[in-house]
Amino acid sequence: MPTVDLAKTSKRELNGALHALGEKDHGLSWRVDNPAGQHALACGLDAPVNIEIVGHVGYYCAGMNKQAKVVVEGNAGVGVAENMMSGLVHVKGDASQSAGATAHGGLLVIDGNASARCGISMKGVDIVVKGSIGPMSAFMAQAGRLVVLGDAGDALGDSIYETRIYVRGAVKSLGADCIEKEMREEHRAELRELLDAAGIGEDVAVDEFRRYGSGRQLYNFHVDNAAAY
Amino acid sequence: MCGIVGLFLKDSSLEPQLGSLLAGMLEVMTDRGPDSAGFAVYGAAEPGRVKLTVRGPDLDTIGDALGHDVKVTWRDTHAVLSVPEAQEETVRGWLARERPDVVVTGAGRRIELYKEVGLPAQVTSRFGLRAMAGTHGVGHTRMATESAVTTDGAHPFSTGEDQCLVHNGSLSNHHSLRRMLEPQGIHIATENDSEVAAGYLTWKMKGGATLAQALEAGLDDLDGFFTFVVGTEDGFAVLRDPISCKPAVMAETDRYVAFGSEYRALVGLPGIEAAKVFEPEPAVVYAWVRD
Repeated sequence: MPTVDLAKTSKRELNGALHALGEKDHGLSWRVDNPAGQHALACGLDAPVNIEIVGHVGYYCAGMNKQAKVVVEGNAGVGVAENMMSGLVHVKGDASQSAGATAHGGLLVIDGNASARCGISMKGVDIVVKGSIGPMSAFMAQAGRLVVLGDAGDALGDSIYETRIYVRGAVKSLGADCIEKEMREEHRAELRELLDAAGIGEDVAVDEFRRYGSGRQLYNFHVDNAAAY
Repeated sequence: MCGIVGLFLKDSSLEPQLGSLLAGMLEVMTDRGPDSAGFAVYGAAEPGRVKLTVRGPDLDTIGDALGHDVKVTWRDTHAVLSVPEAQEETVRGWLARERPDVVVTGAGRRIELYKEVGLPAQVTSRFGLRAMAGTHGVGHTRMATESAVTTDGAHPFSTGEDQCLVHNGSLSNHHSLRRMLEPQGIHIATENDSEVAAGYLTWKMKGGATLAQALEAGLDDLDGFFTFVVGTEDGFAVLRDPISCKPAVMAETDRYVAFGSEYRALVGLPGIEAAKVFEPEPAVVYAWVRD
C-alpha cells in the first residue's frame, strides 16, 4: 500500500498524486501519515480508491469527493466532505462546523459529534452522525438524508426546502418551517438502510428515531407577509 | 480573520517551556494573521513588587530616571519595570507626566505583555518569547480588516491587573459599552472593540465576579462575533459567541489545556496525539483556575 508521510511530503504533492488516480486504480489503497491538521487534504478526488488518513485533519478534507472512500482516523476541521458528489467519507473522531456542506451525493459518516451547521445547504448527500450535532444544522437543506444518533442543537432544519432528518435523541429546537413528521414504513426502511450503510447494527432500532422535515410553507411568497417589505 | 492561541499549564515541569510552546503555536497561526502579533505570559511574581510592561521610544534611559528601586528589563521596543508595590502610583504618575509617549501595555504581579507590527515569527523573536517561562499565556496574530495595522491595534488587551484578552471577531455594540464603562472608571485606551470587551470583563471582576461569571454575563451584554481567550493571574478561560462564528479547537491532557483557532496550532504540543481534542461549544464558558 503506498504510504505518504506528510511530515516529509507536501500537501500539494499528495493531492497532485491523488488527482492522477483514475478508474484504472480501482480498489487501490493509500495511507497518509502525519496530517497534522493541514487543510484541504484529499480534496477533489475522482477515483474509486481508498484513502486512509491517520491523524487529525484541518479544513475541507475530502471536499468535492467523487467515488473515493476517505477515512479520517481522527477529528476533522471545518467543512469536511463539503460539496461531495459521491463516495464515502468516514470521520472516526469529531467533525467541526459545516460538515457535508452543500454536498450533492455520497455518504458522510461521523463516529463522534459534529458541531454547528452540519449538513448546511445539503443537496443530496446522506450524513450519519453517531454522536450529536450542533446548532443550525441542515440549514436550508435541499435534498438528502441526515441521521443523528445523539441530540440536535438549536434551530434544526431552519429554512429547510427538503431533506429527511432522523434524530434519535433530543432536538433543542426546530428552525423556521422545520416540523416533526410521521414515521411511516418507508421511512423505517430507509433509515435502516442508512444505519446499515454506516455500519450501525440492529442494537440501534429505527423506532427510537423521530423524523423531521419541511413544512413547505416557505416555498412561495405569502401575501400576508407583504407588509414586511 | 485573526489567529488566537492560549496555553495553560497544569504540570509545573512544563513551565520553563511555556514560551517556546506558545511561540510555536503563534507562528503556525501566521496564515491567519500576518500583520501583527502579541502575547502575554504569566511568569514568576516577585514578593512586594508589581510589573509594568511599557512600550515606547527611547526606553534605554528610563531606568536612570526612575531610580534604583525600579528594575528594568529591556526587550526590543518594550521594557518591563519591576516596581515596589508602594511606588506603583508614583511611577505611573511620572510616566504620564514625563513620558506621555510611553504606553503601559500590561500591569500586575505576574503578567508581561508584548505586541508589535510584523510577522508573528519576527515578533516572537524580537521579544525572546521562546526563552520565557511561566504558568500560562495567550497570543494573537492579527489580519486587520477594519482598522489600520498599528501596534495599538494589536492584541492582547489588558485593562486590569494581571488580566488580558485576545479576541477573534468583531463586536457591534462596543460604542455603547464604552460609554457605559468609562464613567465606571474603566479606562479604555484605544478605539479597538476588543479592548472594550477586556474592559467589560475587568468591570465585572471589579464588582466581584469570577472570570467565569464575568464571561457568562458577557453572553447577555456583548453583541457580535467573538471567540475570546482570557487570562488572569491564576485563571484561563475561553468563550465563543452563541452562533460560534469564529473557529476554536481545544486540547486537554493531564499536563495542560491548550487553545488554537485551528488544530494546526496545537500539533507541536507534547503528547498531543493522546490529548482530548474538542471544539468548545457556542455560548459555553470554559474556565480553569490554578490551585
